[in-house]
Amino acid sequence: MAEQYDTSKLPSGIIRGLVHDLSSDQRAFKGVPWGKAMMWIFLLSDTFIFSIFLLSYMTIRGSTTEPWPNPSKVFALEAFGTPVPLLLIAIMTFVLITSSGTMAIAVKFGYEKNRKLCALFLLLTALGGLTFVGMQAFEWSKLIFHEGVRPWSNPFGAPQFGAIFFMITGFHGTHVSIGVIFLFIMTYKTWKGHFDTGKRGYFTSMKSDYEAIEIMGLYWHFVDLVWVFIFAFFYLW
Amino acid sequence: MEQNKQQEIKTHKIGIYLWIWGLLFVFSGFSYMVDYLDFQGLLRWTLIITFMLCKAGLIMAIFMHLFWERPPLVNVLLWPMCAIFCFVGIMVAEAKYTAFTRLFYFILGS
Repeated sequence: MAEQYDTSKLPSGIIRGLVHDLSSDQRAFKGVPWGKAMMWIFLLSDTFIFSIFLLSYMTIRGSTTEPWPNPSKVFALEAFGTPVPLLLIAIMTFVLITSSGTMAIAVKFGYEKNRKLCALFLLLTALGGLTFVGMQAFEWSKLIFHEGVRPWSNPFGAPQFGAIFFMITGFHGTHVSIGVIFLFIMTYKTWKGHFDTGKRGYFTSMKSDYEAIEIMGLYWHFVDLVWVFIFAFFYLW
Repeated sequence: MEQNKQQEIKTHKIGIYLWIWGLLFVFSGFSYMVDYLDFQGLLRWTLIITFMLCKAGLIMAIFMHLFWERPPLVNVLLWPMCAIFCFVGIMVAEAKYTAFTRLFYFILGS
């Protein structure tokens, strides 16, 4: 288990540490629970998937001869009688960042085995994620039903806009939705004290620890991280 | 939030998370203002990319605890990203070439 490794006694530094950790017979990544290492490797592969989506967006936008729709106008929202650019997207960004902050605090309380506060902040995180998905559903329905945006055509400009928009935000929204489901499960497990009593999980039938909160946190922060890039490249560019 | 209980090796004071949270808000606000104030051209995308990288760095380093991980894990995670930057370069060239041939043949006829 992770606890028996005192990482302060191992060689550090980029080259020596890397060689020492990766060349050892039993396990790589000393001091890192296997679940966390696996989550990091999954997130790395997910990074490649999102990168390829954003890259194809860049290629398509760079090669189309039609003018690209101005996202600042497409996603503008009417507030107090005047259209405010990207209003909903800005609120979604702040909501997701807030839920990332509460997640970081939940992870902190998880480390301290503070059951109640950990569960409370997990619940807040889940509610933030739910709000985000709800606002995204509103955005999609507005674009589909009121503005007539389709994957193959839209009233604003280059027809590829719809395909890219639905693909990228849809894939990100799927990640958020899956995260919200798992956050609610984790909230329940934390609140019931499964991480203190070592109760076996329903699906995995394995005992789990407050480590699970940190692994959940990595996934949730990653979802926020991807949104940072989508916000910059798709909405602001 | 004054429940700073026993500080174990891995835990940090809640203040650092609140600070990063606040910074992320500020950077998001800045990048939103870039659009709201309608900056264009070089200024626009330099600012957007700067704020984006600041936010991404803060999330990865502090929220995802990469700052406190051992260098081997950090390196194994970050080096593969170089492949993405190479890919970006290739696809920029590809997109420019496609746009050029399209414009060339659309205007001249095939």
